[in-house]
Amino acid sequence: MSREQLAVQQARKAFLTGGSKPLEYRIKQLKNLNRFITERATDITNALRKDLYKSENATQMFEIIGLEGEINLAVSNLTEWAAPRPVNKTLLTISDEVFIQPEPLGVVLIIGAWNYPIAVTLQPLVGAIAAGNAAVVKPSEVSSHTAKVMELLSLYLDPEMYQVVTGGVPETQELLKQRFDHIFYTGNSTVGKLVMEAAARHLTPVTLELGGKSPCYIDKNCDIRIACRRITWGKYINCGQTCIAPDYILCESSIQDKVINEIQKCIQEFYTKDPKTFADYGRIINQRHFKRIMALLEGSTVVIGGDSDESECYIAPTVLRDVASGSKVMQEEIFGPILPIITVNGLNEAIQFINEREKPLALYVFSSSSKVIKRMISETSSGALLANDCLVHFTISDLPFGGVGNSGTGRYHGKYSFDQLSHLRSCLIKKLNMEGVNQMRYPPHTTEKLRWARVFLLKQVNLARWRQIAQVAMLAALAAFVMKRFLR
Amino acid sequence: MESQKQVLERLRGAFRSGVTRPVQFRLTQLKAMMSLFEDNEKLILEAMHKDLAKPKFEAVLSEIELVVNDICCTISNLQTWMQDSYVGTNLATKLDDCFVRREPLGVVLIIGAWNYPLQLIMSPLIGAIAAGNCAILKPSEISQATEKLLAELIPKYLSQKCYAVICGGAEETKTLLENRFDHIFYTGSQSVARCILQAAAVHLTPVTLELGGKCPCLIYGRLDMKAAAKRLVWAKFFNAGQSCVAPDYVLCTAETREMLLPFIKEALESFYGSEPQQSPDMGRIVTDRHWNRLVEMLKKSEGKVVIGGESVKEAKYIAPTVVVDVTESDALMQEEIFGPILPILTIKSLDEGINFMNEREKPLALYAFSDESQVIATVLERTSSGGFCSNDGIAHMTLPGLPFGGVGASGMGNYHGRWSFETFSHKRGCMLRGWGLERVNVLRYPPYTESNLSWLRWATTAKTKGWASCSLM
Repeated sequence: MSREQLAVQQARKAFLTGGSKPLEYRIKQLKNLNRFITERATDITNALRKDLYKSENATQMFEIIGLEGEINLAVSNLTEWAAPRPVNKTLLTISDEVFIQPEPLGVVLIIGAWNYPIAVTLQPLVGAIAAGNAAVVKPSEVSSHTAKVMELLSLYLDPEMYQVVTGGVPETQELLKQRFDHIFYTGNSTVGKLVMEAAARHLTPVTLELGGKSPCYIDKNCDIRIACRRITWGKYINCGQTCIAPDYILCESSIQDKVINEIQKCIQEFYTKDPKTFADYGRIINQRHFKRIMALLEGSTVVIGGDSDESECYIAPTVLRDVASGSKVMQEEIFGPILPIITVNGLNEAIQFINEREKPLALYVFSSSSKVIKRMISETSSGALLANDCLVHFTISDLPFGGVGNSGTGRYHGKYSFDQLSHLRSCLIKKLNMEGVNQMRYPPHTTEKLRWARVFLLKQVNLARWRQIAQVAMLAALAAFVMKRFLR
Repeated sequence: MESQKQVLERLRGAFRSGVTRPVQFRLTQLKAMMSLFEDNEKLILEAMHKDLAKPKFEAVLSEIELVVNDICCTISNLQTWMQDSYVGTNLATKLDDCFVRREPLGVVLIIGAWNYPLQLIMSPLIGAIAAGNCAILKPSEISQATEKLLAELIPKYLSQKCYAVICGGAEETKTLLENRFDHIFYTGSQSVARCILQAAAVHLTPVTLELGGKCPCLIYGRLDMKAAAKRLVWAKFFNAGQSCVAPDYVLCTAETREMLLPFIKEALESFYGSEPQQSPDMGRIVTDRHWNRLVEMLKKSEGKVVIGGESVKEAKYIAPTVVVDVTESDALMQEEIFGPILPILTIKSLDEGINFMNEREKPLALYAFSDESQVIATVLERTSSGGFCSNDGIAHMTLPGLPFGGVGASGMGNYHGRWSFETFSHKRGCMLRGWGLERVNVLRYPPYTESNLSWLRWATTAKTKGWASCSLM
């Protein structure tokens, strides 16, 4: 038996004991996950520095705070999330219990990515644990140091219930041959298709958090200085290796120069005149990606940055001007510190440009006009939309985080993680009494019975409405009484 | 005649034009759907009769009323469902608008089944229309009369620009699936579902699969045998057992079985008389092929037929049949029966029954009959299934407030009522930030410092319980 098969088998065995069902167990595991983050903070920080040249503060900000928030939210709300959810009844089921019971699915496979290895591998795990599942976690081998640290999870979490399997493509393929009850994958569309295909063999549902080119439209009516600060921040975090980074800018040619100037100022302010020596500016994950990104520059005009150092996988914060839609840099998700600017003749052309392409994971629009923003919302589609800023929607745990079309399927964060990794089971608890009422549905069927059945069997009762009507009626009666009595 | 690709192009063009988005358009289409049912009840009942010899009562309830009810529920609530749902924010984003917006996906494909040929196409279609999509309907070619009726009535009542019916068999469906859709909704068997999922993977298309499986029915403890028998018989032999949520087999103790059998016999007699073949309320098997399968299964069974067992090939009739002394290796226990044959397996304890069910694939529905609420609670707690109903069969799927769908081998995704709307929508997270408070943003810009970090931490900490959060129900 392969190592991967064994891991899945052990996880399933652990799940079948029912150990993960009690809420106390889940809360304990979540708190242990929190301990892992705090006690191993140094190991995590060092690993991320080695993998992505992330500074300690950047690690805290972009990997840890969010994860801690998710864990705390799950711990505080688990009782509510896991409780039966009542539902509207029909006239006939008025004395029955009708509710939706969230249940664990079983064994969940979580395949992480390398760009925010802690966040995107462990945040889904929070949902898996909270929902009462067992899990097999496959961290990305590309961020190899962080993967090694994640092996330490077995010292904090129940090692049978939550297995960490490290390895590369062959190990992932071996895992994908096994049967899971849900597969949660973060990565690119190409592999996403393979994951879905593997899942199809076992009829396994999937959540795919993919990517794409997230457009960023800057309206000429807006505070361009502030817009550029926020865009610069969002673009160059983690050296552009963020699935929701603004991939490219769309704006009118009349403001292109101003945009370029402002971005240049921000780059200097944030990353100093020499980003290469600055601790808070990251690196490209490996040489393969370095080469890929540098090749994208071909045929476009560099107006800021452009310098690089292959030995360090360093690429300066770069901006390209007057980029053509058919150029190399526009053919794939950049996932690097290169920001192309494409000029359009206003909002109509921008919307058309966006709609001619795959639905992105995020869509950004900068404008002081609510009309422009409204149009962008109603005439495009994307995983999420953020007006007048970049990335921060990721931090709102009540917003569903996920793609649509090529950018993914399913969603998570906060309660969405819990629901995504649960089965919402419909429950109708009836008693064997009141059998008389059922008579109208039994054969032999008569026209009379049919008439009654049509009225009673399926009509839904809106209890809230009835209560409302009753309340209004009471108020009206009271008012009438008062008027009669006191206002003679 | 348009090719499949041409139909798809046309619908995609219509979707892009934005015509399906306004709520008025969706309501008009839904009302037209209602008229389709109101104007054509007679034709519908005729088609049901041709395809399945469906008793009028069953057809009215399960093919017309159920769907019309869903349409009404959708029309009354659509505007509410379409509203953006606002969500709580953290301190750092207090002045911003955060909401979830439901958006249409695009062009969806709905593949129906033959056992409830109208319901299983029209019910998902309600959700597709309500959510603002265009849709291609592929009715089952096995229920031919309904297929023909749909091909005729849909273009007559609904916008031809936005909704189309494509007819055909396995080959045509395979070709259709090579195209890119924005969602595929399939009702049917597990083997075909695998092919559908694989075809969907090529385009990263999300799917809803409403499959089946063997729905167990555990009868245990103290109970009102007469009432239980009536409800069991009703649920089992409705549509001649051809329901994805029909109780497939019964698990009970030998004692219970002895007490139950006379009541089952009594219920059958009171429903269908002493000659069920003569009763207008007993359905027929859909095709000769399906009839053969069932008769073969019964022949191979090593159990003892205690009720029924008769069959007539020309009439595609199989009598309501009950078989006892069935073991887990029996022919009747190898696949979903989907016919009017009820095996009864004996167990010695509740634990044995629960373990038996858990050793098998998660079913679409799981039933437990008992007057002891502890028994019901134990079964609910220790098993999993798409849906659960105690002391009755099928009834849980008639409540539009409950999500109807499977888990594991019985399917993925769900629908009915608002759940249909949500299935065919994309929940887009939207955040509208203001321009002010740029000073607060300074906390997050490089160079990253310890003090900024602790302020940020404080400001973005998850809020306490009690804030409004967007949940589905």
